Amino acid sequence: MSKFQAFMDWVDHRLPVTVTFEKHMSKYYAPKNFNFWYFFGVFSMLMLANQILTGVWLTMSYTPTAEGAFASVEYIMRDVQLGWLIRYMHSTGASFFFIVVYMHMFRGLMYGSYQKPRELIWIFGMFIYLMLMAEAFMGYVLPWGQMSYWGAQVIISLFGAIPVIGGDLVEWIRGDFLISGITLNRFFALHVIALPLVIVALVVLHILALHEVGSNNPDGIDIKKHKDEEGRPLDGVPFHPYYTVHDLVGIVVFLFVFCAVLFFAPEGGGYFLEKPNFEEANGLKTPEHIAPVWYFGAFYTILRAWTIDLPFLSSQLGGVILMGAAIAILFVLPWLDRSPVRSWRYKGWITRINLVIFSLFFILLTWLGTQPASGLYQILGQVGTFVYFAWFITLPIISSKEKTKPVPERVPG
Amino acid sequence: MKKLIAILFAIMPAFAFAAGGSNIPLDHMKVDLEDKASLQRGAQLFTNYCMGCHSTKFARYNRVAKDLGIPADLMEENLIFAETKIGNLMEIAMRPEDSKKWFGATPPDLTLVARVRGADWVYTYLRSFYEDPMRPYGVNNTVFKDVGMPHVLEGLQGRQVKGTAPVVVGYDPLTAQEITEEKDGVLYLAEEGELNAKEFDRAVTDLTNFLVYMGEPIAMDRKEIGFWVLLFLAILFIPVYYLNREYWRDIH
Amino acid sequence: MSNDGVNHGRRRFLIATTSVGGGIGAVGVAVPFVKSWTPSEKAKAAGAPAKADISKIEPGAMITVAWRGKPVYIVRRTDESIALLDSLNDRLKDPANDNKDQQPAYADNVARSRKPEVAVIEGVCTHLGCAPKYHPEVKPEPFDTEWKGGFFCPCHGSRFDLAGRVFSGSPAAANLKVPPHSYLDENTLIIGVDEENS
Repeated sequence: MSKFQAFMDWVDHRLPVTVTFEKHMSKYYAPKNFNFWYFFGVFSMLMLANQILTGVWLTMSYTPTAEGAFASVEYIMRDVQLGWLIRYMHSTGASFFFIVVYMHMFRGLMYGSYQKPRELIWIFGMFIYLMLMAEAFMGYVLPWGQMSYWGAQVIISLFGAIPVIGGDLVEWIRGDFLISGITLNRFFALHVIALPLVIVALVVLHILALHEVGSNNPDGIDIKKHKDEEGRPLDGVPFHPYYTVHDLVGIVVFLFVFCAVLFFAPEGGGYFLEKPNFEEANGLKTPEHIAPVWYFGAFYTILRAWTIDLPFLSSQLGGVILMGAAIAILFVLPWLDRSPVRSWRYKGWITRINLVIFSLFFILLTWLGTQPASGLYQILGQVGTFVYFAWFITLPIISSKEKTKPVPERVPG
Repeated sequence: MKKLIAILFAIMPAFAFAAGGSNIPLDHMKVDLEDKASLQRGAQLFTNYCMGCHSTKFARYNRVAKDLGIPADLMEENLIFAETKIGNLMEIAMRPEDSKKWFGATPPDLTLVARVRGADWVYTYLRSFYEDPMRPYGVNNTVFKDVGMPHVLEGLQGRQVKGTAPVVVGYDPLTAQEITEEKDGVLYLAEEGELNAKEFDRAVTDLTNFLVYMGEPIAMDRKEIGFWVLLFLAILFIPVYYLNREYWRDIH
Repeated sequence: MSNDGVNHGRRRFLIATTSVGGGIGAVGVAVPFVKSWTPSEKAKAAGAPAKADISKIEPGAMITVAWRGKPVYIVRRTDESIALLDSLNDRLKDPANDNKDQQPAYADNVARSRKPEVAVIEGVCTHLGCAPKYHPEVKPEPFDTEWKGGFFCPCHGSRFDLAGRVFSGSPAAANLKVPPHSYLDENTLIIGVDEENS
């Protein structure tokens, strides 16, 4: 027995390292037909690791006070050796994290990855998404630029629309009578440790739930239905080494795109690092346009879409409820899709067109969120909001009624 | 589907311009951060004309000297005032409470102005002051309405006024002569300054170049490093790609 | 080699190449994180050399200049006090500068300085870091009845002569440190800069 073998035996008797590695990597059988869309889970983990690593390092030089925050970011950009690189890794990483997560979610929509028995994976995923939005929102306040301050002002005041408790709730969140260094300090604590811990825990649960039932695939076929004499799925391959080397290719290409943006366009055309945020926060000077960062765009548009004032429902509260509903409805998707078939490859053409339209409108809603809500933009936003909800609401009927194509027993090709 | 995504990513830059905001037409200026001579002239203009009121408190003198190729002793002689050490941040003596009292508003720090407004805005702004007796300093600005500062560069540019003047709208195709039209709300020189129009534009270009540099001093370096990083990744792709292909030969 | 249809040679080569490439990449990624821990420009600026005008220091007087967060004592020693230094050797722990870490080569002499009339000494007690007090007068002191002038550290009683050399019986084990320094001209001393690091 080699020294390494002996060492591993000693460890394995005390901690199930080898068994765990086999369960989740070398003997975890994943469908052999993963395509481009199956890279985004790994990319999400990569971005999470990036944000944590660069985030910890930024915390070493950042000052979480209203007086010092903005200057400390410029200190990082100019005085800390290669601090600018760590900063750009973090800011580019934040936006790329959302791009990757949206692609990952879209994959779920296309291939019915949320369907039974993977509903819990989807729900954990939705919680991760929710926590990620909170994390990103609080992170954006930290540089204490104009957009940090005023974005926080707008979003926190949304809570004021809640009847009865609204006013007190807003003051409780802020910790002060206005957005101040007190708010900044608590957001710093939540952003740096509380939410990352929660997110990591949720990611672990997300992956454990996945590994319990096994991965879906672009054809929605259940590979566990056909196994060989030793119980290995005929259409599956061990994740390690096949998907570890496969993901490596994806990662190198992804890093190329990521680094291209980081080194050549870190401001992301004004979307990743917004221009107003290069000006220090000033509570007495409101910027021309206040908008959340691009990745919140869709929900911000939906928030602003509700403009009718009713006796018991102000337009502000209506918007908040609509926005909440837009996020909440994503959670119940597994129960809205009644199709006997998972992947859109085997669903009818109405379903496929609907998903394309929904996705295009989601992108439009996202972009509209960065624009002022007036004129044509406002109308488009309202149309988009309608389309957004219509997709979910019509899903139960369409999915149960539309004719599907027969799903093959074995992975084609 | 992949094509659709690709197209969407390709047209995304078009949306970026919407993120700008201002509706005032801006003159375009070509930023050249490799022109060290221009940056040096800009630095001199900035310290002589602007630093009395505007700090660039996030930048250090020694970094500016190093990046612009100015020897330390020349830097200390010409661009640093008082007993300030060369490693110090480029702060000014005027306290914000005082300047707010004296001028009505604290002259903002300008380290990041080019990142907030863009080069074109700064370039156009510095050339768009005009006489306005209604304002405390006797000047206004077409780019920044009711700005609270005097026309510091008036000595160089000359006295500009806003009124009716002939503007070049085209060229006669036969004689190549300029065709002009009388237009309202046009800025023109009522009195000449030390520099002629071309020289003044050059000076403002230098000053704007300098401010763009100040906004992000690492800009040139990051592009250079980026080139090598991308090259490394492109090369790394080769064994990684073949490694993947090698393993997947097993699978049918 | 290829009993199972697998080209192990090629596989090993590709794994090796990828690992090497990945390793280089990993080192590359580590660079900014490691480098960001080195002194920032702010630290370097604060640690920059400190200039001192010594023209106005009266004989027997001391000025203090800050350098790298430490007080540096600059004393204009009188001829008498310089002459006294040799006589103290028996009472000192390290009269001949045997501990080479405590002063640059040009201060490896009795007066422990470039010019005997100007002392440049870090005001950091070599025991536990307090700032020793300047007691220039030659008269009996409560801490030393044979006091011939020097520095007394109030924290734990260490005593140093006017060249910063530590007396026997002091808790401190080493002479006070002499920082790198040089003269820009007759009147200007610069601390933190000498031939090695100008």
